[in-house]
Amino acid sequence: MAAPILVPAVPPAALAPRTALDALAGPPGRFLTSAWPWRSLAFLLAGIVPAFAFATVLSSARAAGGVAGAITAVPAAALVASALLVPVAWFERWRLRLADRQPVRGPRGGRWPGWREAGHALVALIVLGWVDLLVAVVAIAGPAVLILSPVVQPISPEGEATLGETFVGTAAGLLLVPVAAYVISAWTGARAAMARAMLVPQEAETREIARSRARLVDAHEAERRRIERDLHDGAQQRLVALSMKLGLAGLDLPPGSPAALRIEEARELAGQALEELRELIRGVHPQVLADRGLPAAVRDVAGRSPVPVRVDIALDRRLPARVEAAAYYVVCETLANVAKHSGAKSCVVRGRLRRGMLVLEVADDGQGGADPGLGTGLTGLADRVAAVEGTLGVESPRGGPTKVRTEIPCAW
Amino acid sequence: MRVVIAEDSVLLREGLAGLLERFGHDVAAAVGDAPALVAAVAEQAPDIVIADVRMPPCFSDEGLRAVLELRAARPYLPVLVLSQYVEQTYAAELLDQAGAGGVGYLLKDRIGDVAQFAAAVTTVAGGGTVIDPEVVRQLLRGRGDPLARLTPREREVLSLVAEGRSNAAIARALFVSDAAVAKHIASILAKLDLPPDADDHRRVLAVLAYLRAAA
Repeated sequence: MAAPILVPAVPPAALAPRTALDALAGPPGRFLTSAWPWRSLAFLLAGIVPAFAFATVLSSARAAGGVAGAITAVPAAALVASALLVPVAWFERWRLRLADRQPVRGPRGGRWPGWREAGHALVALIVLGWVDLLVAVVAIAGPAVLILSPVVQPISPEGEATLGETFVGTAAGLLLVPVAAYVISAWTGARAAMARAMLVPQEAETREIARSRARLVDAHEAERRRIERDLHDGAQQRLVALSMKLGLAGLDLPPGSPAALRIEEARELAGQALEELRELIRGVHPQVLADRGLPAAVRDVAGRSPVPVRVDIALDRRLPARVEAAAYYVVCETLANVAKHSGAKSCVVRGRLRRGMLVLEVADDGQGGADPGLGTGLTGLADRVAAVEGTLGVESPRGGPTKVRTEIPCAW
Repeated sequence: MRVVIAEDSVLLREGLAGLLERFGHDVAAAVGDAPALVAAVAEQAPDIVIADVRMPPCFSDEGLRAVLELRAARPYLPVLVLSQYVEQTYAAELLDQAGAGGVGYLLKDRIGDVAQFAAAVTTVAGGGTVIDPEVVRQLLRGRGDPLARLTPREREVLSLVAEGRSNAAIARALFVSDAAVAKHIASILAKLDLPPDADDHRRVLAVLAYLRAAA
């Protein structure tokens, strides 16, 4: 028995890295020649700006205040820090773009950024800005000193360091340059991840993604309904009326006359157009699905399948429209695949609601060997299911049978 | 024959009225939505109702629901339901009610064959059953049993029976003798475990057996 193959919703295509961490995980050659090490260095160096501004303002305040300034140092620091919070928070958002190309939503500019972001700005101001600087300096200074060792190496009184040895130092320094690039990018990546976590709470972000995806799916469904309605009220009715008028015209002509034959041919053409239009509309938005729900719609699809299909779907309620549409699509496509490729003698569609989850299984007794890697059919199905937060599993060992199992959450 | 038509598209409503008048029927009322249909039937007491499945206000299956409601109150009322799509689910709902009056369920495409459509109207008004060949084809396709036991010719005959055709009409359509058709039908009924009986309704029962089994 082969293990179920989970079809990834998004094929792991070679997407361009969007954060310093993504870039770091890529092939070393590509990373080292990319802009990411430089972007990371810029990120770290930029961090010094607010920290330095804070220190300058604070020290000048103390110098001006003398002894009194020293006594009030703590409240003064608090005052300066709070005055700087809003611009620093804005600056941190701006700086994040160097290390993370993904958009950052939320408040910005002159508005109060919220406690999370203000806290992050405060920590950046007092501690992290300096740490950023330290990392950048150490990472650059190490290789730089080694590379320049022929120049800077102090000749000891014993004359131990020969010219050859200093060149070994240079070589080591050169070798350390990529290491420094990794160190800088790693720290930058970690800092950016931290900043993102503070600025854009993960949970809010995934919730927003899920919501926008649901909106897209709903808009897509609404559009399909509109197209179906337009065709139904327009082209279909007109073709029926046309075919009726042709039929009536035929009655006025002597049977068997050339004109009557032409009219009859025209009527047949109108009939074919109607049939094609009906098949098209069935794929766009089946009326029976909207009216009677998934079990009835699946039975009707099963009735049109050339392979005998047993339908065993028991649901105690109507499901959300987008779930019904996705499940219906899976059944249609899978049954079409069964008819085309499986060589199956029979097929069964089972559907149940388990703990707010629609579990739909299409199983045939065919020859198996369905490979999600070949052709886009199964991947397209998985994408359609993923758009409603569901999963699609295909189990199809060579020699059969094939089982396609879909799970879609219904309680949202 | 007094007819009430319910169809929301003006084009089709007037076309249908013209067609029926052409065949000598009296269109008592032609309405555009389900509530108006119920009212027109109460007022006109027609010999047959011809209704579209999908009508305002919701454009889902108001027409079908209105017809089922009418039949529940008047089991003898013949109804002919028209639709842009035929689905076995709807056919089964119509036939399951099995009132005494005739029932028809046809694709709107069939209207174009005006003579045959007029014949279907007469059949339904006379208490017969007319089911769209498309529905029958859906039911006959790929079903394991008991259809596997029927020969291709018998299936063909059964699909014509399901269209509400008489033995003579089937014989004409298949270019065989009446006796041959009668033999085929006897064989079909036997294979469907419908024992011989003087009752003519067994023909309808044969179709119903499929429709019910499918739903």
